[in-house]
Amino acid sequence: MADGKDDRNDLDTNGGVSRRGFLGSVVPAAVGVAVAREALSAPAAAPAVAELPAGEPAKLTLVVNGRTHKVLVEPRDTLLSVLREKLGLTGTKPGCERGECGACTVLIDGVARYSCLTLALEADGKKVTTVEGLMEGEELGPVQKAFVEEDAFQCGYCTPGQVMAAEGLLRENPEPGLDEIRHGMSGNLCRCGAYAHIFKAVDKAARFRKER
Amino acid sequence: MAPSIGTSVPRVDGPAKVCGSARYVDDLVLPGMLHGATVRSDVPRGRLLGVDLDPAFDWTGITVVTADDVPVNAVPLIESDQPVLARDEIRHAYEPVALLACEDRLRLAQALRHVTLRVEPLPPVLTIDDALAAREAIRGADNVIKRYRITKGRGGAAVEGCEVVVRGVYETGWQEHVYIEPNGMIGWWDGDTARVEGSLQCPYYVQKGIKGVFGLPDDGVDVTQAVTGGGFGGKEEYPTLVALHALLLAKKSGRPVKLVYGRQEDVEASTKRHPSRVEIASGCDRDGTLRAVSIRVLFDGGAYVTLTPVVLSRGALHACGAYRWEDVTVEAVAVATNTPPNGAFRGFGAPQTIWAIERHLDRVARTLGTDPVALKRKNLLRLGDTTATGQTLKESVGVEECVEKAMAASGYVEKRERGPVVTGRTARGVGAAIFLHGAGFTGSGEKYLKGKVAVDLLPGGRARVRTGSTDIGQGTETVFRQIAADGLGIGVENVDFAVPSTANVPDSGPTVASRTVMVVGSIVDAAAKELRARLEAEEKARGATRSAAWERLAADPARATSLVQYEPPPGVVWDDATYSGDAYPAYGWACDVAEVEVDLDTFETKVTGFWAAVDVGRVINPTLCAGQVEGGTLQAIGWALTEKLVTKDGKILNPRMTNYIVPTSLDAPPFTTTLVEAAYSRGPGGAKGVGELPMDGGAPAVAAAIEHATGLVLDRVPMLPEDLFEASVKGGAR
Ligand code: FES
Ligand code: FES
Repeated sequence: MADGKDDRNDLDTNGGVSRRGFLGSVVPAAVGVAVAREALSAPAAAPAVAELPAGEPAKLTLVVNGRTHKVLVEPRDTLLSVLREKLGLTGTKPGCERGECGACTVLIDGVARYSCLTLALEADGKKVTTVEGLMEGEELGPVQKAFVEEDAFQCGYCTPGQVMAAEGLLRENPEPGLDEIRHGMSGNLCRCGAYAHIFKAVDKAARFRKER
Repeated sequence: MAPSIGTSVPRVDGPAKVCGSARYVDDLVLPGMLHGATVRSDVPRGRLLGVDLDPAFDWTGITVVTADDVPVNAVPLIESDQPVLARDEIRHAYEPVALLACEDRLRLAQALRHVTLRVEPLPPVLTIDDALAAREAIRGADNVIKRYRITKGRGGAAVEGCEVVVRGVYETGWQEHVYIEPNGMIGWWDGDTARVEGSLQCPYYVQKGIKGVFGLPDDGVDVTQAVTGGGFGGKEEYPTLVALHALLLAKKSGRPVKLVYGRQEDVEASTKRHPSRVEIASGCDRDGTLRAVSIRVLFDGGAYVTLTPVVLSRGALHACGAYRWEDVTVEAVAVATNTPPNGAFRGFGAPQTIWAIERHLDRVARTLGTDPVALKRKNLLRLGDTTATGQTLKESVGVEECVEKAMAASGYVEKRERGPVVTGRTARGVGAAIFLHGAGFTGSGEKYLKGKVAVDLLPGGRARVRTGSTDIGQGTETVFRQIAADGLGIGVENVDFAVPSTANVPDSGPTVASRTVMVVGSIVDAAAKELRARLEAEEKARGATRSAAWERLAADPARATSLVQYEPPPGVVWDDATYSGDAYPAYGWACDVAEVEVDLDTFETKVTGFWAAVDVGRVINPTLCAGQVEGGTLQAIGWALTEKLVTKDGKILNPRMTNYIVPTSLDAPPFTTTLVEAAYSRGPGGAKGVGELPMDGGAPAVAAAIEHATGLVLDRVPMLPEDLFEASVKGGAR
């Protein structure tokens, strides 16, 4: 784990017991996009969601994790759906799609936002950061590293949102106290109940960020 | 090689989870995949007369499935009474009736609005009392799903002859799991082979369901677990239905189909914790020695049997708590109602009855004028005592130590002696709960399950664990690697964990009942140790180094794998007919102390401190273990204080996270967790189960603390501000 590898996806060598080998035909959305990343319109990526002629598709420029994407969206499309389905960035999770759980939290111009409640059009021209964007090359970023070290999750489904909320909090307040952390993280539910570990992770991440 | 058991090896799935690369079902896309949706009834009971598709709507590209498309229309479980899709009868308000699939999700949502169900409503049975009254018969003549009776000594009738007799009635409501990842499955057909991948706890349960409904052999079905975003029991039996629905749509459309629930649909339709009412009459001596108890346990099973008989059994078996009684009767009854089927939820029936017995002993203590913990301590089960089912406790009873540690850490005794602290409008108090939880399947369950695991030697000095036990956040992957690594005498970084897929991993039995570490972990240990013996023999026979022996065995398919089946301990004897004997191979024990602050103006309760001391036999991974204790306790606190599912005419009025309130970061108290190790000889390294235990004690500890702070006695969870208010109006407040 020290090498930061996703072991579940790295079992190919182990004689058939491999997620990738087993699925064969399953293309995690990200694979298509990794190739088409710089292409002007991303819908060529695997998911192939057929669009209705409902509303005029709008052309949009999204700067996601430092890369510029030009995408065609429906006015009704949320940022969450565009990130996941058009850009293949499935790290951002849907938990309710109504602004209740925080699993879909991303940064828009450095501020933590629920991407399920944000229309893609609202993010036009803005800088969007997702959990994938916190990686420093192959290495985990400070918040991610602190989450792993403090065991700040169990099932991990709320985690991308927690990590982004923590990142947003620390950008605004680089040295939060425990109460500020508890409040700052209160928009992100964790049903596994890892909160106590999350608080420690945020505190540690603050130190990691300072040490950089 | 330093042993890894007992050390906090970091979660192996950690990095993937923090960087967004862990793939949950909704992150997977198959070529040509359609999205599926479920058409549900909206009356709790009725006769289904027809499913009408609006002729004015354009149905091109939309696949429609009804009961007519289901080969065998019954979900195979304990009883196969639940249809995959309703045909003539509607038994709850979210009953699936038809399925739709379409490539485009907007059209899918539109299509859903153009399906009309013709239903003739019938009077529903909505509560335990409705069901018992049996004015409407929805199951047999008496609406009873299952009954158990446990007796010991002279039975509950002995209560009447006791010096002090106390009676009480204790109730609990539904609890929804609210795993942050909703239920979801992708189903597709590979020729005649059915394949599904999704969010689930028990791949072999899903496989069994698919085999039964589609009439397929074992190797005609492959079920793979995607990374799963929490389960807590909610993904034990329910995912079978989702998988069947996805496969029906896939079969008819000839395309892969992804069926992922929205939050509201998940809260409404999926299983929940059984609502309960427990009536207790107990007798004791004036000095507080408990003598006799008579307990009636009533559970609301909902519309179908699902796992209710087993949940009720566990409820009944925990009803006497962690205490010694000479004479016992437990009468347990589960009834059917026209509400969504209730099912597995962490604790599995025990939290309801532990709530009741703990609250009841608090009441006995009040009657005697003594401190509840003093009373409970006096009557704790010890080594050599017999439980209500006549099981003699022969080992691994760490409850006394748990109580001591929790008392010391929390300062309970001093705080109770000092009395409630009232400052301005807040009152502060402490309360405790003492409890046990049976680890593993009840009685003879493990004998029938025949759980298996395989450990493989791989080239390059690596090993791999193959098991149907899944990691749904509890840390199975990590803990099993630790056990296998120690068994083999290698580093934990050299052990892999195979993706659970029925094609590749043996059936280890379901991931439930706190059995994963204790039962399945013990065979991981056995398999690893067997391989180690093989390695040693190979070394000796061929005069080779360990690594040469390893490579030789790894290259030989006949010798590279150890497949081990669980053998229940020989001394365990259980009689299903009389419900007596060794109910569980071992018990986890615990003592919880909660400190609360009650706002005397608004009656809001805040848990300000929580101390748990838990006997887990042996700690495999202290950090993960404490995480289980804290997470389970927080769910218990939610159940105690905020989680109320409100229904009207069989429909849920608050099916969202904004109105069904689970704890947030602001509700999480500071936890102090002490792990106690009273080893269990058959567990790996001595370990017992820990997954469910923490769900049992939170609610009664919080209730006792509220009582200490305010004098208000609450016998029903959840305890909302309005419930405290009502209790204060009725009198009893200081
Ligand atoms: S998915 Fe956006 S807040 Fe829940
Ligand atoms: S880690 Fe499971 S919901 Fe937070």
